[in-house]
Amino acid sequence: MSIDELPGRFGQYGGRFVPEALIGALNELEAAHISAQSDSAFLAELAQLHRTYTGRPSIITEVPRFGEYAGGARIILKREDLNHTGSHKINNVLGQALLTKRMGKKRIIAETGAGQHGVAAATAAALFGLECVVYMGLEDTRRQSLNVARMKLLGAQVVPVTSGSQTLKDAINEAMRDWVTNVADTHYMLGTVAGPHPFPTMVRDYHKIIGIEAREQVLELCGKLPDAVLACIGGGSNAIGIFHAFIPDSGVRLIGFEAGGDGVETGRHAATITGGSPGVLHGTRSYVLQDENGQTIESYSISAGLDYPGVGPEHAYLHDIGRAEYRAINDDQAMNAFSLLCKTEGIIPAIETAHALAGAMIIGNELGPDATLLINLSGRGDKDVQTAAEYFGIPL
Amino acid sequence: MSTTLEELFVKVRAENRAALIAYIPAGFPSKEGCANAIKALVAAGVDAIEIGFPYSDPVMDGPTIQEAADISLKAGTNAADVFAALKVASDSGTAAVVMTYWNPIEKYGVEKFAESIAANGGSGVITPDLPIEESDQWLAAVSAHKINPIYVVAPSSSDLRIAQVSAKTGGFVYAASIMGVTGARASVSVDAAELVGRVRTATSLPVAVGLGVSTREQAKLVAAYADGVIVGSAFIKLLLNADDEKSGLMAISELAKDLAKGVREGR
Repeated sequence: MSIDELPGRFGQYGGRFVPEALIGALNELEAAHISAQSDSAFLAELAQLHRTYTGRPSIITEVPRFGEYAGGARIILKREDLNHTGSHKINNVLGQALLTKRMGKKRIIAETGAGQHGVAAATAAALFGLECVVYMGLEDTRRQSLNVARMKLLGAQVVPVTSGSQTLKDAINEAMRDWVTNVADTHYMLGTVAGPHPFPTMVRDYHKIIGIEAREQVLELCGKLPDAVLACIGGGSNAIGIFHAFIPDSGVRLIGFEAGGDGVETGRHAATITGGSPGVLHGTRSYVLQDENGQTIESYSISAGLDYPGVGPEHAYLHDIGRAEYRAINDDQAMNAFSLLCKTEGIIPAIETAHALAGAMIIGNELGPDATLLINLSGRGDKDVQTAAEYFGIPL
Repeated sequence: MSTTLEELFVKVRAENRAALIAYIPAGFPSKEGCANAIKALVAAGVDAIEIGFPYSDPVMDGPTIQEAADISLKAGTNAADVFAALKVASDSGTAAVVMTYWNPIEKYGVEKFAESIAANGGSGVITPDLPIEESDQWLAAVSAHKINPIYVVAPSSSDLRIAQVSAKTGGFVYAASIMGVTGARASVSVDAAELVGRVRTATSLPVAVGLGVSTREQAKLVAAYADGVIVGSAFIKLLLNADDEKSGLMAISELAKDLAKGVREGR
């Protein structure tokens, strides 16, 4: 890729479907990102932050006891859960916070579903002295009250969104409305690889460090590349982050696990690629859960972080060209894998991540004990203790 | 051949006044209520009707239009209802256009959507989230069916951008008066006059101002420099707050009469 231009499209997907008021800001953001990516001082500052604040490089952990439940396959976890703030989300917010400073803006806004991106954004805002407003569906503020408190402790203002389904999709709508109104001094710190160009490319660029590190680490540990790289996928940021470095390695399968909720056949799910169709949502063309009139269908998953009716356009493209595969994992499969990782390895994963772990159990059984699977352990499960306790009937 | 919308602007320019354009979502307050509201607005002196296609994720709209869209969608409004409302408006002899986010057009079929607009007497379509860069297929379709592609410009648009957007626009240029979403406001931003001035240096097309206009006084102020005054949320608020449909129709009729005076008092 040439450094002075970014791909705005991935095949027929991507692009920019936004009000005219935002075109100037998106052009400004694209220019800032391009110049930053070729500015060694910027890249050095971000790398330094990752070493001294995020805790990068994140380690890899081999999990043989869990592997016994995955057909005996060799399972390696990329430990993004050990990053500061507890997930991969910090990679993106630190990059975007540095860009915000570079553009001379003083205020950031963000959307959040489970609260992980909101907490990460509030953290970056505190670190850089930026004003921070986080939009969160009213329903999600109830489900994730602990993260609401965390954001407030970090100095952010949390705005409950009462329109529509009162979840992540509506929080994005409200953040877009704020941005249309305050674009002159505000940066929209979008949390995933969706939204209008340049967000899908830019957010990927801040997360691709996951795959770059993991590829080297696995080569060093195993002396060869893994047979497959696995990740959970909602909007798709952790998945594209670990996939990207492996795209040229045609022998490595890339497999994303979407949230199947109660089962794709029930209609109560968030498996956008498996159960959706091409359309436009939140400024980008990709797969969308939509009805025959083009109205967005509300998604469902036990995992708030995967509960989104859209998906990043690069994933739609990787799916269509056959480079990556996407499968659905339902709530019960994910919770079973969640419990297994806790009990076999002493690691409590995020429920989002548990979808990839459940996927590993299926793929491991398909490929057998000679297979090596790399999984992005995208987040830790502290935030999910209440949900998990309720699911498993543990009294609180 | 000109569209009814283009003929309207020739007429109001000859009368040295601005056109009054009213927005109402299809299926709001009900299917029948929408048809009655269109007739009431036309009878009260509205020059053009803008039918909204209610959408689940309307990022350019404030709380009033969102609420109306939610009511309409819950009642099952679909593309056929939008075209039926369009036909009610065009049958009354006024210029009629549809305003819609892009995804419903794409889902319906781009070519077929333009065809259905024309078949129901519509003059054009306002597409608030479709930038010109994504418009090739759409522009081919509107051109084939001889309807106007109406694009929005904003106070943040550069002069170059305004020229590029205007070059693709037909009917009128929609000038968003402020940086923000739809909804009635206490005063119309000073940005509006400045923006209309910048559009005029780029194109000879008519320019209509939307976002925030709700009173006769505001309509008069905008009519001093714009070719059209677009009012939406103010009508919807009256319908939302009315005790019943009949009193709601009376209220919007009164406001429309008032606004119709305003657009004739500006110059």
